[in-house]
Amino acid sequence: MPKQQHLKDHFQEARLFNARLLVGVIGILILTGVLLARMYNLQVVNYKDYVTQSDRNRIQVQPLPPTRGLIYDHRGRLLADNRPSYTLTVIREQVRDLEQTLQVLQGLLHLDDDDLQDFHKRMQQRRRPFEAVPLSYRLTEEEIAIIAVNEYRLPGVKVEAELVRDYPMLESFAHSVGYVGRINDRELSAFDEEQYRRYSGTHTIGKIGLEHQYEEQLLGEVGYQYVETNARGRVLRVLERIDPQPGENLRLFIDTDLQDTAIEAMAGRRGAVVALDVNTGGVLAMASTPSYNPNLFVTGISFAEYKALNESLDLPLFNRTIQGQYPPGSTIKPMLGLGGLHTRAVDANRVIYDPGYYQLEGEERLYRDWKRTGHGPRVDLMQAIRESCDIYFYDMAFRMGIDKIHDFGAQFSLGSRTGIDVPSERRGLWPSRAWKRGARGLPWFPGDTVNVGIGQGDVLTTPLQLAVMTATLANRGHFIRPRLVQWVGSEETVPQIQDVDPIRPDHWDYVFEGMEQVVHNIHGTAISVGRHLNFHMAGKTGTAQVVGIAQGEKYDSEALKERQRDHALFVAFAPVEKPKIAVAVIVENGEKSSKAAAVAAEVIGKYLELEAVAEAGASEEEGKQP
Amino acid sequence: MSRINDFQRRMPEASHDLRRRQSVWLRWHIDLPLLLGLLVLTGFGLVVLYSGSGEDWHYVKRQSVFLVLAYCVMFTVAQVRVHVMEYWAPWFYLLGVILLVLVLVMGVGAKGAQRWLSLGGFRFQPSEILKLAVPAMVAMFLSRKILPPKFGHVILALGLIGVPTVLIMKQPDLGTSILIAASGFLVLFFSGLPWRYMFGAAGVLAAGAWPAWMFVLRDYQKQRILTMLNPEDDKLGAGWNIIQSKTAIGSGGIQGKGWLNGTQSHLDFLPESHTDFIIAVLAEELGLIGVLCLLALYAWIIGRGLVIASNAQSTFGRLLAGSITFTFFIYIFVNIGMVSGLLPVVGVPLPMVSHGGTSIVTLMMGFGILMAIGTEQRKVSIG
Repeated sequence: MPKQQHLKDHFQEARLFNARLLVGVIGILILTGVLLARMYNLQVVNYKDYVTQSDRNRIQVQPLPPTRGLIYDHRGRLLADNRPSYTLTVIREQVRDLEQTLQVLQGLLHLDDDDLQDFHKRMQQRRRPFEAVPLSYRLTEEEIAIIAVNEYRLPGVKVEAELVRDYPMLESFAHSVGYVGRINDRELSAFDEEQYRRYSGTHTIGKIGLEHQYEEQLLGEVGYQYVETNARGRVLRVLERIDPQPGENLRLFIDTDLQDTAIEAMAGRRGAVVALDVNTGGVLAMASTPSYNPNLFVTGISFAEYKALNESLDLPLFNRTIQGQYPPGSTIKPMLGLGGLHTRAVDANRVIYDPGYYQLEGEERLYRDWKRTGHGPRVDLMQAIRESCDIYFYDMAFRMGIDKIHDFGAQFSLGSRTGIDVPSERRGLWPSRAWKRGARGLPWFPGDTVNVGIGQGDVLTTPLQLAVMTATLANRGHFIRPRLVQWVGSEETVPQIQDVDPIRPDHWDYVFEGMEQVVHNIHGTAISVGRHLNFHMAGKTGTAQVVGIAQGEKYDSEALKERQRDHALFVAFAPVEKPKIAVAVIVENGEKSSKAAAVAAEVIGKYLELEAVAEAGASEEEGKQP
Repeated sequence: MSRINDFQRRMPEASHDLRRRQSVWLRWHIDLPLLLGLLVLTGFGLVVLYSGSGEDWHYVKRQSVFLVLAYCVMFTVAQVRVHVMEYWAPWFYLLGVILLVLVLVMGVGAKGAQRWLSLGGFRFQPSEILKLAVPAMVAMFLSRKILPPKFGHVILALGLIGVPTVLIMKQPDLGTSILIAASGFLVLFFSGLPWRYMFGAAGVLAAGAWPAWMFVLRDYQKQRILTMLNPEDDKLGAGWNIIQSKTAIGSGGIQGKGWLNGTQSHLDFLPESHTDFIIAVLAEELGLIGVLCLLALYAWIIGRGLVIASNAQSTFGRLLAGSITFTFFIYIFVNIGMVSGLLPVVGVPLPMVSHGGTSIVTLMMGFGILMAIGTEQRKVSIG
């Protein structure tokens, strides 16, 4: 019986099953409808959004750094170049275990501690996401090959080819051209949106010198490329490209030959040489010695190297030409003499008696001449300039008074920045009543004026200021703002001229005559140099006492002794008949101003020689033309 | 002979069946429409897999080898008589459960879950056995009872389903445990599980969920559930996969980007593009049209499964065929729902298309059972 019941149930169960199957099929249809609705929603309704999303995934915008403008000297020789260099970089976001990766790299490449230290420092700086952080620069072919072979176990480590600034002239132009270096934290945080965009592909920025001053023009305009990348950031192809615009090239007034001559003439001594074109204000040579190799700073200087440079007693990092402030000593006498004539404090006929000292009325103090015995009973301005008679200038300064001295000298850029196109210029000190009251809280004493008369006391000038003063003398009263750069791209820079008070031509002639006698007269203070010249040079010697000890210098009796000698100074222009070049030289602790004069003479001689060659070349060209 | 006459008298359509007996296909227990559907589907699957694996022949070859193996398994299983299957069902079930316990005790782990058992160098997943053993066991159990099942039988059947489900959940493998529970429950449903039980259970669950959420679950557990329900909150973790797969599907549009031209999959934005997320590759490259083609192939196979289930000769065969067919649909629904962001990500492959040997072999074994049921002769053991 149970079997029959089973059979009866069989049909009923089949019906029940089919009913349930129907319910199930309805369920399937509903759920399939849900899936289809979902697909319709994704693929048809929201299609555009997802296409955009998918493109944003795969397409990335990469900045293309512009090529930095090149810097040439006057004759087209490269002073700052861009050289391809291979850099080992790490993209933090793609590295799984940084420590382990570094260990592997260390095993492969022998990275030194400095590299690693710098790398960790850079890692901590603010970065854009997925920005490559340099680990080691200037990889060799062999190192590149080693990295390539081991790429599979070094995710996030890449060898990038980039253009790195190179200074082929090494230390010759470190102080004028300057250098670029990696954009640091402080610079990055000071960027505005626009700068952030412009530097999106660039890792370096001009730090000092022309590289800093002309950063805007040298940088160029960043380009972009749209690339297709995979999920790991590897670029598969370039979809679209906007080329970067290279920066403007700079062409300087400086002639490398002249610069080298100046440096050689300094013969390893500490000091500065500045040579200016008196007609344009162009800087023909600008050397601060000793110098340093600017290439060290481009990719990040090691701590040890920097420490060595920074702590050197010779201060190689210090740009003496615009930052060194020295008492000008007697080098300002021609300018003061001109002022004396102009303000009628003295005239050409005035003579004084020089017993070897000078005394203010009612004062005990004796102001001594550099020559103990004095220059004789009848010293006029010409002789005073020629022989650098202090007594004459004490007297003349006293007669002029500090206000007139200050106002006259200020026209020659003393006490203010010359406005040269390199940054961090110092203004020196050209004292006045107002200055003394403000800075010292003291009234001006007549004795102060007397000291200013021989370029001592509170007076401080930079070698550049002395060169500008001399150039302003040489071109008879046109102060021309000095500049290093002649051409920015295809645009020539314009001289900015400010004329000094009109001065009678015979006053100019008189002072020129005095300066020429310094070099060429048998009694001139620079006759030892002038004797050998084949051109007419006008100049003035000077010595400056060394006061105190520069900061950071260690006491070392031998070095100290040497470093306490007077500084030797010399300013000059030539040829006297038709001045072309003005030069200021300071030889630190040179003692004898003739040492500085020799340097100036060599620079000027070289310049005239180069000019002659150039003119001969030009006329030869002209001769060929027709 | 008299048995057949008796049979013919009761079942007029039997003569038709007898004619069919002549065909080669029937002799070898092969259901031709189902076979054709599977061949087209697996061929299509290989084409998609070639693209989804990043044009890697290695995956395609491996998958082909598995397919050949799976077809062999299917043909072999199809030869087994249904009543033999019914007889062996409890033993397979028992073996499966024992192996599951062994997995928990001494299993091999991968990605934080213990799912594998290593037998003499050969690794396999015992949960695969239960994908078929559970519905077979429940079908065998219920087919011997008077249907619709009584309350006690329902409870016993739920116990049969519950034990392996819980064991697999503990591995943990949520996806598989849900599928296995579903396959067992489907048998119960087709056996005529009274609606009132189902609505009652649903009501109790709904009523219990609120207090459980409020008082029983801890914060981290709630967070885990929320993340599972809404993965897109977690943009870089689980959410990333879903965002990328939705982007892939959506950016395919109606016509798709073209075979091998999918950017999401070929540039590695899409995770698991040759396994669980392969539907996104298809949707991206072949568009809505491709998805509809795939669904049509699935519909053909499911439809054939339903016909077989409906025509099955025994209650056991019916229940098992129904369960296998519907479980196949659930695979599809869960996978596509998961990849398209409708359902949480639970790790269910797209049947017959995703790369992976065990899943395909198990599925084909299921189709072998379907073929066996579909080609079964009417053998009624009457007194």
